[in-house]
Amino acid sequence: MSESAAVLRERVARGDERAADVVERTLARIRAREPVVGALFEVHAERARACAAELDAARAAGRPPGALHGVPLVLKANMCLAGVETNCGSRILAGWRAPYTATFVERALAAGAIPIATAHMDEFAMGSSGENSAFGVARNPWDPTRSPGGSSSGCAAAVAAGMVPLALGSDTGGSVRQPAAFCGLAGFKPTWGRVSRYGLVAFGSSLDQVSPLARDVRDLELALSVLAGRDERDATTLAEDAPKREEGADLAGLRVGVPHEFFPEALEPDARVRVESALEVLVGLGARLVPLSLPLVPHSLATYYVVATAEASSNLARFDGVRYGPRVEGDGTLAGMMAATRTRGFGDEVKRRILLGTYVLSSGYRSAWYRRAQRVRDALSADFARAFEEVDVLAGPTSPGPAFRLGERSADPLAMYAADVLTVPASLAGLPAVSVPCGLVERDGRALPVGLQLIGPRRADARVLRVARVFQDASEHHLAAPPLPGAVA
Amino acid sequence: MKGWEVVIGLETHCQLGTRTKLFCPCPSSFGSPPNENACPVCSGQPGVLPVLNAEALALGVRAGLALGCSIAAESRFDRKNYFYCDLPKGFQTTQYAQPFALGGGIELTNGRRVRLARIHLEEDAGKAIHDRGERTLVDLNRAGVPLIEIVTEPDLRSSAEAHECLTLLREVLVYAGVSDCDMEKGSLRCDVNVSVRRPGEDLRVRVELKNLNSFRHVVLAIEHEVARQIRAYEGGEPVVQETRLFDAASGATRTMRRKEDEDDYRYFPEPDLPPARVDAAFLARERARIPELPAARRARYVSELGLSAYDAGVLTGQRALSDFFEATVALSGTDAAKRVANWVTNDLRAATDDPALAGTSPAALARLIELVEGGRISTGAGRQVLKELLRAGGDPDELVASLGLAQVSDEADIEAWCRAALAGRDSVVAAVRAGDLKALGAVIGPVMKASGGRANPAVVRETLLRLIGSA
Repeated sequence: MSESAAVLRERVARGDERAADVVERTLARIRAREPVVGALFEVHAERARACAAELDAARAAGRPPGALHGVPLVLKANMCLAGVETNCGSRILAGWRAPYTATFVERALAAGAIPIATAHMDEFAMGSSGENSAFGVARNPWDPTRSPGGSSSGCAAAVAAGMVPLALGSDTGGSVRQPAAFCGLAGFKPTWGRVSRYGLVAFGSSLDQVSPLARDVRDLELALSVLAGRDERDATTLAEDAPKREEGADLAGLRVGVPHEFFPEALEPDARVRVESALEVLVGLGARLVPLSLPLVPHSLATYYVVATAEASSNLARFDGVRYGPRVEGDGTLAGMMAATRTRGFGDEVKRRILLGTYVLSSGYRSAWYRRAQRVRDALSADFARAFEEVDVLAGPTSPGPAFRLGERSADPLAMYAADVLTVPASLAGLPAVSVPCGLVERDGRALPVGLQLIGPRRADARVLRVARVFQDASEHHLAAPPLPGAVA
Repeated sequence: MKGWEVVIGLETHCQLGTRTKLFCPCPSSFGSPPNENACPVCSGQPGVLPVLNAEALALGVRAGLALGCSIAAESRFDRKNYFYCDLPKGFQTTQYAQPFALGGGIELTNGRRVRLARIHLEEDAGKAIHDRGERTLVDLNRAGVPLIEIVTEPDLRSSAEAHECLTLLREVLVYAGVSDCDMEKGSLRCDVNVSVRRPGEDLRVRVELKNLNSFRHVVLAIEHEVARQIRAYEGGEPVVQETRLFDAASGATRTMRRKEDEDDYRYFPEPDLPPARVDAAFLARERARIPELPAARRARYVSELGLSAYDAGVLTGQRALSDFFEATVALSGTDAAKRVANWVTNDLRAATDDPALAGTSPAALARLIELVEGGRISTGAGRQVLKELLRAGGDPDELVASLGLAQVSDEADIEAWCRAALAGRDSVVAAVRAGDLKALGAVIGPVMKASGGRANPAVVRETLLRLIGSA
């Protein structure tokens, strides 16, 4: 088991290890484990070495180390770092090097993080398995025949394989929480507006959030303290500083709402058992369980697939072959060039969602689809707000089951969409939500992790993370590690 | 035309005079080399987000207040989705469902009021250039430049009314400092909706006219379109709803696209921008920045300064001229207003659009008028001084001295010039003695010429009459 970002940062900041050595150690781990998990699109070895040299020089010059000093970081392929290929897992952006750096990446860099690799992902973050990538399909370190989840598939696989302690993914409808659950990691989607989206290539703008993945909840708190806060370049960021970490080793007096809609028929029985025991652990820590109902939750999935696809159909319009990305000339007309470029550049799932989004916004259908979905979304948010008058957090499973097999659902979009059923409600309401490991189940003789999801009211990011941390420390499920070849210290 | 009523509505796009674009810090200036004013945001790079330029909202609100609109406390942005090579994001960010200004209107001189439906903020697209070789080129300097679109109700009834409405609209926007409204630079663009009907009927099918690059084109296009529609109806043909392009060369309009070919814009709320909020302090600040508007100035010039409606109109036609006039009157006194108006509307206006920029000042003009009125220099000499002021600046008194323009009233000099002029002009002398004073003109000319234009004409006339009488 490799060390957490917090522990690593302390060691490098104290001078017990140089950032340069951390980088070499990390590169060695990547070399050993990447053949098994196939998590990464590109390793930035030279850039990381240069970055580490600067950090070591800065430390030697007596400059105070940042909160992520010396921590190697994996970025999802939809995050802009100037000069680095940011292809979003799509042929339509193959070879596109970002001309600027995302605000949250700048903040990570300023805090001393070392971006060491770009991870595979479902194309434009559309997918729940990582299979919709034009460049490579990551595998789950717990069982390489299974999916690490998606769309932040490579990020989750890289952290679970122990390559790095921390990765930045993006979560639109569960794209960090579900991979975290599948890979036995902690994954946190902040309140919408908490972290700047400037430089995150948009999928569903009103849902997207940059979301860290780590083995230890403390690393999520650390990442949030660095990434969060108002950004002049993102008008939708909250006008407040990063939330302060909440201390406390127990959950005395905490009211945990348990919506029965979070335990649907489709929830696999052994996964249900793990989640229910997790709830008992919370009770053991002083929490009180409050059964309740969120009647609109069953409508979340349909609502999500209207809102997210509508926004995506517009967000992806800019990929037209005019300014960047590989162009296909087609019949030589402008419309022909655009159509040919997009036909060749986008994969099937992206095309499916663009069509769906275009349809729900079309004149004559907008009221029945897009506007109705917005109304359900508003009502769902109101349901959550009412629930949070009675309870402090909500708890339930992150996913209906553990990691499924690669290929198992790729021919059936609706089965794939169903993987998001428990994560999209918090996304629609813009709420902070975390997935933490809550035990293992067995499939085909392999142990597979299951995730507990905790959801808080808007802006209660620190509370959600505290509950997750206290649970993690008490349960120690996060210490379970997948069987991996090429163990490197 | 007989038996038909013309119905016209205007959709005017006006570029706001902000330093930067609507959603990014790029300069919104005109005339830079292609794609110089483009950044990741306005060129639609993946991952970028818009941030509203507060100055653009302020100028828009000011325009709305100046046009009598009610300003929404909260307005929202929407995405208008369509594909074109000059549209970097594949959508235009505009205000569709909740514009920042509603209502308002413009009073025509015939007393009719043209109601405004709305004013909204939006970004401009880039420019596609098709005439430089085989491939279309795209210049994104204009992409993201802030515009307001001002939409009237279909209240106009003739091309002349449309022309006046646009003129008044432009005046207000320029006075309020909202825009330079320069059609040549494209900072004012107008689309026109035209239909005709029998009086008393409901509205018939309308046609939208585009590519109108001057007010004159607006008038010509409307007239052509009205005639076309009437001809169609009278010939038993329907008029179809469509967008037509005006061709300045032929003066005709031709079909650009039919209604059924129009894009479905798939409007939906822009998730990347919070609502634009305008509070009472914001409103008060912008209201205070609106100067007296041209219509009010015109009325005051007529009622308080005794100017003719024509002069008042000429003066207020250009804000710089009007401001210069007012500053001069402040120094010369309201009694001199008519004389100041004459100098400004005749001599200054012929020379410059903006006298303050041309090197002269209200103080200099006031002094110049004083010199002429006091008989120190002739009107002609005054014109010469003004020319010099506009050319190189300076002080009117010094210019009078250095150019040797001081009027001569010395009787001895004048008498000598008069005697010389009368010599050999016995017929003039006889005519004057016979009571024909007009004949005097024939000798006044030579006297003025001999004096180099400096002789005081009143003294010359007096002297001539004396000499003829005493001969």
